[in-house]
Amino acid sequence: MHELQSGWFLENAWLIPLIPGIAFFLILFIGKKLPMKGSELGLASMAASLVLAAGAAYQWVQRTDAAAGTESAGPVGFVAGFARSIAASEGGHAEPFVAPVIRSWTWWQNDGVELGIGQHIDGLSVMLLLLVTFISLLVQVYSLEYVRGDRRYTHFFAAITLFSAGMLVMVLAENMIQLILGWEIMGVCSFMLIGHWWEEEPNARAALKAFFTVRVGDVGLLVGTSVLFFGANEWTQDHLGVSGFSIEGLQAWALSGDASHLVLLWGAVALFCACIGKSGQFPLHTWLPDAMAGPTPVSSLLHSSTMVVAGVFLVARLYPVFWEGFSIPDSSTNVIVVIAAITIVISGLLAFVQNDIKKVLAYSTVGQLGYMMLGLGAGAWLPAVFHIFTHAFFKCCLFLCAGSVSHSGSHHSFDMKKDMGGLARKMPITCGAWIVAALALAGVFPLAGFFSKDEIIDNVGYNGYTVFMWIALGGAFLTAAYTVRATYLTFFGESRGAAAVGDAHHQAGLGAALSAHDAPHDVQQEGELEADAAHGEAGKVAVLLEEDGAGHGDHGHDEAHPPHESPKLLLIPICILAGLAVLAGFANATPFGEQWENFKEYVEPRPELVSATPGGVAGAETPSSETESGAAGAVPAADEGGDESEGSAEAEAAVGCGLTVPEESAVCYFPAVDHAEFKWSKAAVSLIVVIAGLVSSWFVCVALYTKRNRHLVGLTERFAPARAGYTFLANKYYLDALYEGVIVRGIAHPIAAAAYWINQNVIDGIVNGAGRAGKWLGGFFYKNIDQGLVDGAVKGSGTVANATGHALQPVQSGKVSQYGGLLFGAAAVGAIVLVIINV
Amino acid sequence: MIVAADNINVAQNVAFGIIAFLMVFSALCVVTTKNVVHAALWLVLVLAGVAAQYVLAAAEFVAVSQVLVYVGAVMVLFLFGIMLTRAQIGKERGLNNKSWALGIPVALMLGGLLSYVIIDEFDDTTMPDAGPTPTEAIADNVLAPYLVPFLAISFILLAAAIGSIVLARKD
Amino acid sequence: MLAVNFLLLGAVLFSIGVFGVIARRNAVMVLMSVELILNAVNLNLIAFALLHGNVDGQVFALYVIAVAAAEVGVGLGMVLLVYRNRRSISLDELSEMKG
Repeated sequence: MHELQSGWFLENAWLIPLIPGIAFFLILFIGKKLPMKGSELGLASMAASLVLAAGAAYQWVQRTDAAAGTESAGPVGFVAGFARSIAASEGGHAEPFVAPVIRSWTWWQNDGVELGIGQHIDGLSVMLLLLVTFISLLVQVYSLEYVRGDRRYTHFFAAITLFSAGMLVMVLAENMIQLILGWEIMGVCSFMLIGHWWEEEPNARAALKAFFTVRVGDVGLLVGTSVLFFGANEWTQDHLGVSGFSIEGLQAWALSGDASHLVLLWGAVALFCACIGKSGQFPLHTWLPDAMAGPTPVSSLLHSSTMVVAGVFLVARLYPVFWEGFSIPDSSTNVIVVIAAITIVISGLLAFVQNDIKKVLAYSTVGQLGYMMLGLGAGAWLPAVFHIFTHAFFKCCLFLCAGSVSHSGSHHSFDMKKDMGGLARKMPITCGAWIVAALALAGVFPLAGFFSKDEIIDNVGYNGYTVFMWIALGGAFLTAAYTVRATYLTFFGESRGAAAVGDAHHQAGLGAALSAHDAPHDVQQEGELEADAAHGEAGKVAVLLEEDGAGHGDHGHDEAHPPHESPKLLLIPICILAGLAVLAGFANATPFGEQWENFKEYVEPRPELVSATPGGVAGAETPSSETESGAAGAVPAADEGGDESEGSAEAEAAVGCGLTVPEESAVCYFPAVDHAEFKWSKAAVSLIVVIAGLVSSWFVCVALYTKRNRHLVGLTERFAPARAGYTFLANKYYLDALYEGVIVRGIAHPIAAAAYWINQNVIDGIVNGAGRAGKWLGGFFYKNIDQGLVDGAVKGSGTVANATGHALQPVQSGKVSQYGGLLFGAAAVGAIVLVIINV
Repeated sequence: MIVAADNINVAQNVAFGIIAFLMVFSALCVVTTKNVVHAALWLVLVLAGVAAQYVLAAAEFVAVSQVLVYVGAVMVLFLFGIMLTRAQIGKERGLNNKSWALGIPVALMLGGLLSYVIIDEFDDTTMPDAGPTPTEAIADNVLAPYLVPFLAISFILLAAAIGSIVLARKD
Repeated sequence: MLAVNFLLLGAVLFSIGVFGVIARRNAVMVLMSVELILNAVNLNLIAFALLHGNVDGQVFALYVIAVAAAEVGVGLGMVLLVYRNRRSISLDELSEMKG
């Protein structure tokens, strides 16, 4: 028996959230006095955390390699992976369970229940730590420029640093309480950040909506945690010596076979409610698009690697609970996949009717989260987690591009139809990055999205969820199509609104029927010569547009300015992310064989039996209350180091993890999930679907634009050039109708509108209806019970009634004493009823 | 109320009866007197009576706390409140609100209900004869199993102190 | 000594306090009545502590005393504020919450 390798970075991973947490307070208290207004503290803390996370990742890879009995070969691990894959192919599934590095300190205890705070570092945590710190760092760099000169610059950096810290706390949470802590920190920070410009009422409302919608789900988190605690505590104390809040304990308990299926089911349902709220799944997804009211860096951080991923992370983390609770291996449908499939379809259709570029991205996030949930719900743990990884890069890149466009191209507007278009020429770098990331989102072959999304679809079908596989394929088509629509409206076609400022041909161009393709370069040159003449006119347009755009108009440029490429501080993060949107997929490139499957190797826990340590050797609570079960509890059931027959025998016994009951004194921490074998024939189907989506959408867009330009020729010629700006606005509406008209006759709009209608009416309606029902009930009680019954009874009771009846008539008198009287009276009546019943 | 029976400590019972009568009378005065300052003084009597009952019930530490906190601090606070709001020192009209009679049926109903339930359940239960409670036992309880409520209380007191300063200061 | 003694005394004090809360107009008087209610509850806690022979009831009585002190502090602060703004502490006039 050899001990698992550990290291300083793994042992001290708890520093990773602590550093930004401390930085938050430092920024808050001394940030304003610093030369860069506190942003340097945020950046420094994220950079430090990134270094620590990278160290932890490196050591985790080494630990896994060492456990697998091969020489470690560096952080990338391609070589090691290759070597190991050979070993694995010879010795069957001889790889042992790599125990997470768990440390725990007692936080507080009360009457026997002990709550720890600590770290639970395994492949999933390490991956997310790296991801969150990396994305946060880039977003903060981007924010340096994007929110420069903002009123609450310092507070912005404080909140965004705490936000990352919250996610990091959650990611390495050792127990459920700590997970809830991180979860709620994120909730509060998202409220602060979405409402960053709270002076404008829609922003404040969006922040409230986000907060409250997520809170609705959070009730599920509390309920689920309690249910699981009371279900598991005894078992975990007996078998592992940890409390029922411990994540490790819950994982083992769920797979032990001793857990009541009913408890698991309800625990899983409650926890999934929390995920629905946090990860924007179907009934509660409405907050995500509204959350776009926040500054763009916030949206990008929120939507890529933190907030919304929290729900997915929760499911991935407590996967055994969901696995057993929803009987994932034995069924062909469950709550998770149904919700996820609805989410995918609904969000895909909604994205078509959005004009706000960020809202398109928001709905696409909703959809991609749906894919992750679908994967998790259908037993495709690894692809879903991998999709978290790839999605973070390209979605963050897309958001940052949208921010770059609004910052430099469309005068702080996010309206694609009013203020964008034709920006490809003016912002080539942003456009290039956008296109790369958008293709990655759509899932085109060598880019990141392909490897993860295709894997999800493939595995979902492979695990018997056939119907949902087809829904997911349909979702892929929609994703591709609306991505193209957003791209076209933003970067191609003719320039509109603020995007056309200083670009005189936007007026002439309308008349000259210029489309993106035949726009002659010299016209643009000419346009720039005439820019000064047209500036006044166009400036007015832009100002008009800005008023109803989503722009904050808070910092920066007071005058309209022509679109230009963004400054370097914006472009560098964008380019890095675009690069990663290309490369991230190769981290687990299934098509190229097993040696490329690093995620399978290092992130996915092995479904192997581990000898339990009853009486709590692993979790023995020493008086110093620091436990270290990483090395001690990590001993694999059999040392497979040299003896292959023994190893494979052990593997056979362990195949049942999550499928059969593990034998006494052994525990599983992860169910045996199936992996579909990659086949090009299967991938080809989804590639064809994606490409069909891309191409058809492109042609629809081009056709619409051409058509509309031809139509415009006649219109604009009739109007004087001086009024061209005005007519541009006026015709805009007409053209919108045309655009919509064609799409309506196509496929999308009726369904999309219906979806949107359901979104607005049914879902919001339920909420509003509940409110209205409450109001009506109140009125009913007031009229009938208060006014009729109570009043009548009082009046009927003689002289006392005469004195009080008058005062009682308007029960809602605002007088405290009357409320007090009613309160105590009602309590007495209630108690009397109880007494009578009990007698 | 049985004054004397073989299983009853008569002296204790008599003392209880006298104090209880005083308390009830004072309490009635608190809620009916027309003079605010008098009401406060009657309240002192009630609170002191409660402290005396605590002593009878072998809860010395609580009794002392009661005297310190209520009779010492809270009552002074009340008197300050009365002075600062310039209530008339003498009789005051309209100390009761118009619908004061509503209180009578509600109070009677509650009192009747509680009495019924209590008599129904504890009709002839006698208290065990207990010596004084060691303060150490209370300390052990406060600082071990009820530590979290204790911390909560300290936060409440802190918040109340800050809150009342913020509320009451002139600015 | 009978357990009902204490409990009935508590019940009576409680009812008197409730009457005071409902009947009184002066905010300070209402606070006093609330004190009556709290003391009635405390009396019960002490009685049950004696009855069951453990000190949990006493501990909670102490907590209630602490909370009551906080309540009076904040309550009187609010009364002062109301008085300063309106020159009156009559609860009848504070009816902005009228429905």
